[in-house]
Amino acid sequence: MIQLPCPWCGPRNATEFHHRGEVTPRPEVASVTPEEWRRYLYFRRNACDWVEESWYHAAGCRRFFKVRRHTSTNEIVQAGRVQ
Amino acid sequence: MANGNNGPVNGHRQRKNKPPRYSAFSLFRHGLSHSDWPRVWRTHPLKQSYDVVIIGGGIHGLATAYYLATNHGIRDVAVLDKGYLGGGGSGRNTAILRSNYLTPEGVRFYDRSLQLYQHLAADLNFNVMFSQRGHLTLAHNDSSLRTMRWRAEVNKLQGVDSEVIDPTEIKKLVPFLDTSENVRYPILGALYHPPGGIIRHDAVVWGYARAADANGVHLHQNTEVTGIDTRGGRVTGVQTSRGRISTRVVVNCTAGWSTLISDMAGVDMPVTTSPLQAAVTEPVRPFLDTVVVSGTLHVYVSQTDRGELVFGASVDPFTSYSMRGSLEFAEGLAGHVLELMPAISKMRLLRQWAGLCDMTPDYSPIMGPTPVEGFYVDVGWGTYGFKAGPVSGEAMAACIAHQRPPKIIDAFGLDRFTSGQLVGEKGAAAVGH
Repeated sequence: MIQLPCPWCGPRNATEFHHRGEVTPRPEVASVTPEEWRRYLYFRRNACDWVEESWYHAAGCRRFFKVRRHTSTNEIVQAGRVQ
Repeated sequence: MANGNNGPVNGHRQRKNKPPRYSAFSLFRHGLSHSDWPRVWRTHPLKQSYDVVIIGGGIHGLATAYYLATNHGIRDVAVLDKGYLGGGGSGRNTAILRSNYLTPEGVRFYDRSLQLYQHLAADLNFNVMFSQRGHLTLAHNDSSLRTMRWRAEVNKLQGVDSEVIDPTEIKKLVPFLDTSENVRYPILGALYHPPGGIIRHDAVVWGYARAADANGVHLHQNTEVTGIDTRGGRVTGVQTSRGRISTRVVVNCTAGWSTLISDMAGVDMPVTTSPLQAAVTEPVRPFLDTVVVSGTLHVYVSQTDRGELVFGASVDPFTSYSMRGSLEFAEGLAGHVLELMPAISKMRLLRQWAGLCDMTPDYSPIMGPTPVEGFYVDVGWGTYGFKAGPVSGEAMAACIAHQRPPKIIDAFGLDRFTSGQLVGEKGAAAVGH
C-alpha cells in the first residue's frame, strides 16, 4: 500500500485517491490544431524516473494536488497544492 | 552444453543442427536409453550485424522472428532479451485466449490469432496444451448486458461463436457460481464464447523459440538494449550490453518497456505503464470447466490442468514500473472471487505476482512502422497481448517483409493518435472500467 501526503488531509492510503497522471501543459484552446490537441490528450512521457503528477482525493477532501513520485520505487517526496 | 554455431551457416550444416522432432516414439526411445535431451534452442555468439533485430524475447518477438523465417525467408534475425525468454508479460499473463471483442477490426484480428493457436502445436512440433473449454463474461447490470449483446452481434457478423446466455444456462456450465438474486451483484446473464480457453503460456514461448532457432534465428538472452542508433531519420544499429549490432530494421516487441525503448529511437508513444496483479491457489480436483470473467467485480478465474485456480485482476489504479504485489489486491481479489463462488472460501493462495501492462488510450495495440525508417513497433498490448501473440508475429513479419502493414493491422498504426481514428476496444478488452 502506498500512502499519499494530501496537503489538506495528511497522509492517506492510495485507495482513497484517483490518479490523474503526469502533469502536462495544456495548449491554448483557441489556437491549438487538432493534431496538437490529440498530442496533449494521448501522448505521455511515461518515464521510469521521478515524475510530477496530479492526484485527486476522491474519498476525502475532493481536491487536486501534485506530488513527485518515482515510478519504479513509488517513493513520494513532495506534495503541493494545485491553484 | 549448447550446440554453439560459429560463423556463417550453410544449408546442410543448419539442417544437421536442427533439434530432433518430438513424437511419442522419440519420448519412448529416450525413456529406454535415459540419454539427455538436446537443448531446446542453441546459443550463438552475437554477430556484428543482422538483417533484423527484434527487441524483446517474449511471445511477440519470438513469433515475429519465427514467421519472418518461415513465411518470408528472412533468417538473419536476432531476438534480444535483457533477461530470459518469456520472463516478462509472456510468463506473467493468465493464459486466457478468446476472440469475442467489440470492434470488427479487433474481432477479425484476435480471431485470426485463435485460428493460429488451434494448430500451433502441430506447426511448432511442441505441445502447447491449448484447451478450448469455453469463456464466460458475466453481466451484473443492464449496461454490461447491453454491451454483451452488442459484442455477440459484432462477433456473429465476423463468424465468431459468441452468444448471450441467461443465469439458468450459466448455472449448468458452472454449478459453483452463485446465481441467486440476493447478492450484491446478481448475475443477469453472460456472454458465452465456446472457442475461448486456456493454454500453457511457457510452452507457447518455448515452442516459438525452438522453431525460430531451428529456422536459423539467433536468440540472445541476457542482452540488454542500451541505445538505438539513427542517422538521417533511419535506423543504423542497436547498442547492447554485449556490444553494437548494425542493422537496418529494429522491431520493438517489448511490454512494460515499450516507451523507454521507443524513446531510444526518438519516437514518442501514447502509452502509460501500470502493473497488473495475478494470483494462483493450491491445486484441487477439477471443478471449473470454463473461464469465468466478471468486469464489474474486476476478476477472471480459470482452473489449470494441474488444478490450481488462476486469478487475474484489472491493472493497478496508478501508473508504475514496480512489479511488487500489494495486500489490497489480494484482499479485494478474495472478496470478489467469493462473491462469485462462495464455496471456495477455504482455498489458500499459493502466490501472487505482477506484470507490466502498456496501456493505450483506446485499449488497442500499436503496430507497424514509425516516423523513424526501419524502426517498427509491436507494443501497447495492455492486458491482451498474450492472446494476440501468433497473429502479431505473422502480421509484423509481413509488415517488415513488405515494408507496409498488412490489412489485418491497418487500423492499429501509431498515426491514429494524430489523425484521431481510434479503435475503441475498452468495452471488451479490460475488466477494470
